[in-house]
Amino acid sequence: MDSFRYVRAKDESQAITFARRAKTAQQGADIRYIAGGTTLVDLMKLDVERPQTLIDITHLPLTEIEAAPGGGVEIGAMVRNSDLAHHPLVQRDYPVLSEALLSGASAQLRNKATTSGNLLQRTRCMYFRDVAMPCNKREPGSGCGAITGINRTMAILGGSEHCVATNPSDMNVALVALEAVVRIHGAAGSRDIPIADFHLPPGATPQRETVLQPGDLVTHIVLPAAAPGSRSTYLKLRDRASYEFALVSAAVVATVEAGRIQRVRIALGGVGTTPWRLIDAERRLTGMPATPDSYQQIAAAALKDARPLSQNGFKVALAQRCLVHALRQATETV
Amino acid sequence: MQPDDANQRPRGGFAVSSRREFLGQLGTAGLVAAATLSEGPAEASTAQRQEEYIPANAVPVSLRVNGVRHDLRLDPRTTLLDALREHLHLTGTKKGCDHGQCGACTVHIEDRRINSCLCLAVMHDGDQITTIEGLGAPEKLHPMQAAFLASDAYQCGYCTPGQIMSATALMKEPCGPSDAAVKEAMSGNICRCGAYVNILEAIQTIRKAN
Repeated sequence: MDSFRYVRAKDESQAITFARRAKTAQQGADIRYIAGGTTLVDLMKLDVERPQTLIDITHLPLTEIEAAPGGGVEIGAMVRNSDLAHHPLVQRDYPVLSEALLSGASAQLRNKATTSGNLLQRTRCMYFRDVAMPCNKREPGSGCGAITGINRTMAILGGSEHCVATNPSDMNVALVALEAVVRIHGAAGSRDIPIADFHLPPGATPQRETVLQPGDLVTHIVLPAAAPGSRSTYLKLRDRASYEFALVSAAVVATVEAGRIQRVRIALGGVGTTPWRLIDAERRLTGMPATPDSYQQIAAAALKDARPLSQNGFKVALAQRCLVHALRQATETV
Repeated sequence: MQPDDANQRPRGGFAVSSRREFLGQLGTAGLVAAATLSEGPAEASTAQRQEEYIPANAVPVSLRVNGVRHDLRLDPRTTLLDALREHLHLTGTKKGCDHGQCGACTVHIEDRRINSCLCLAVMHDGDQITTIEGLGAPEKLHPMQAAFLASDAYQCGYCTPGQIMSATALMKEPCGPSDAAVKEAMSGNICRCGAYVNILEAIQTIRKAN
C-alpha cells in the first residue's frame, strides 16, 4: 500500500473543499473519501487504488434514516448496511432492499460498509483486482483480459469491447427496482440523480463508473414512497449458499390487481456492467395476467440483447429462470 | 534441559501457549548471538524495535482495547489488525487473508463485529475495541469459549478467535433460531479444517441456554 495523508472531515463543506482538488473522482483518484473502507482499503492493499490523500467522512452527520416530507425515505450516506437492512421502516416498506443487503457480504462487512460505499462498490473482476493483468478500467488502454480470458462471472449485458466487468452490488439492484435517487452535494451545490443514470456503461471509458466529479459527496439515497399494495422479492443465485457475489440476481417490485400486473419494476444483478433495469419488460408485463406463462414470455425477450462470452453463456438461461422465479415469488397469492 | 515442574503449562484447552514465547526466545537468542559475534551491543527484540520506529507521517491514535487505553503514533496505513498484533502485541486476533474474506481478524468495535484487517486504525481513534483477549481468560473462560471447548469446535485453531468473536456478537444480532440462520450469520468466518458442524453445535448450545 502506498503512503497517504489522512484527513478527518469535520463537516460536509470541509470534505468537499478538500476533495474538489482531486484530478478525478473515478478510478485512480488522487484524493478519495473513505467511509467503511471495505472496498477501498482492500483495493489499496492490492495497489489497484493508490490515493495520496484519504478524507475520512465517517464523522459527518449522515447516519439517519428518516421519512421524507413528501413520502418515501431519506437514507444517510453513512448508515451502515446492517442498520439499513434491519431498520423497521425499510423492513416494512422496502423489504426488497433489506433482502438484497442481507444477501450480500458477511455480517462483519455489513457492520462496516456504508450506504454510499455500497452504491460505489467496485467490480470483483479478477483482472481489475490484479495489477499484473491488463485492464482498461484500472489502466486505460492496457486491454481487457477478461473478454478472451476467464470470463465466467462477467457481464452479458452492457459490455463493450473495452470492458465486461459487472457491478457487484446487491443493494444497487434493489435500489434500481425501487427507483431510488442519489443525492449529491458538490462544489456547485446539491443535485439529485436517478440511480438509473448514476452508474455509467463502460463504453470506451470503463475507468469512469459514475457521474461523480471531483468534490462530489453522496449524502443520501432517497427512496420514493412505496407503491401501495406492492409486493417484492430479491432472488440471488450464486456458486455457494452464502457470502458470495451473484451469478444472477433479480429484484422485483410488483402490484397485482384482479389477477393482472398493474405495476412492476424489475432489475437484474450479476449480468450487467451496471445494475440492470428491464424497462421494456416492465412495460410489456403491465396489464398482462400475473401467470408463469406471462413471465416466461417476458423473460425470453428480456435477455435478447445478451452478449455472452466464451464461459458465461449459462447466464442467459439462468437470468431468464431467475426472473421468472422472482416474478412468481413477488406475485404469488399467499 | 532440566525438568522444571514450575514451568509446566496447564494441559489442553485454552492453556497459555508457550509456542510464541518459545519462538520469541529463539529469536532473541539468535540476535544476541549475532551481536556477540560482531561485538556490537545486544539488540532489542524485533517487536521492540518496530515500536521505536515512528514514520514521519505518523498520526496520534488512541485505541481503547479491552478497557485499556493505548496512545500510539501510527503510520496512517496501519490497519486495526496490525495495530493490535504488531504494536499492542495482542496476537489472539489472527491475520488470515488480510482482505476481509476469511473472518480470522474479527473483533468488536463498539460491540459490533467487524473485520479488523479492513479498518484503518486511525479511523477508530477513541473507539472501544474488544478482542479475544478481552473476552475471557484461561482461568475464567467466556461461556462461548467454554462451549467451543466442550463441542471440540476447532482443529488447528487459527480461525477460532475470529469464530468466537463472531459468535459472541451474533448473540446480540437479529438471528432466527434455526441452524440455517446461524450458518448464514456465521458465513463470514471460514474454517479451513472444516469444523463447522461443531462450531454450529457450540453456538446453538449457548443460544439455547440463554
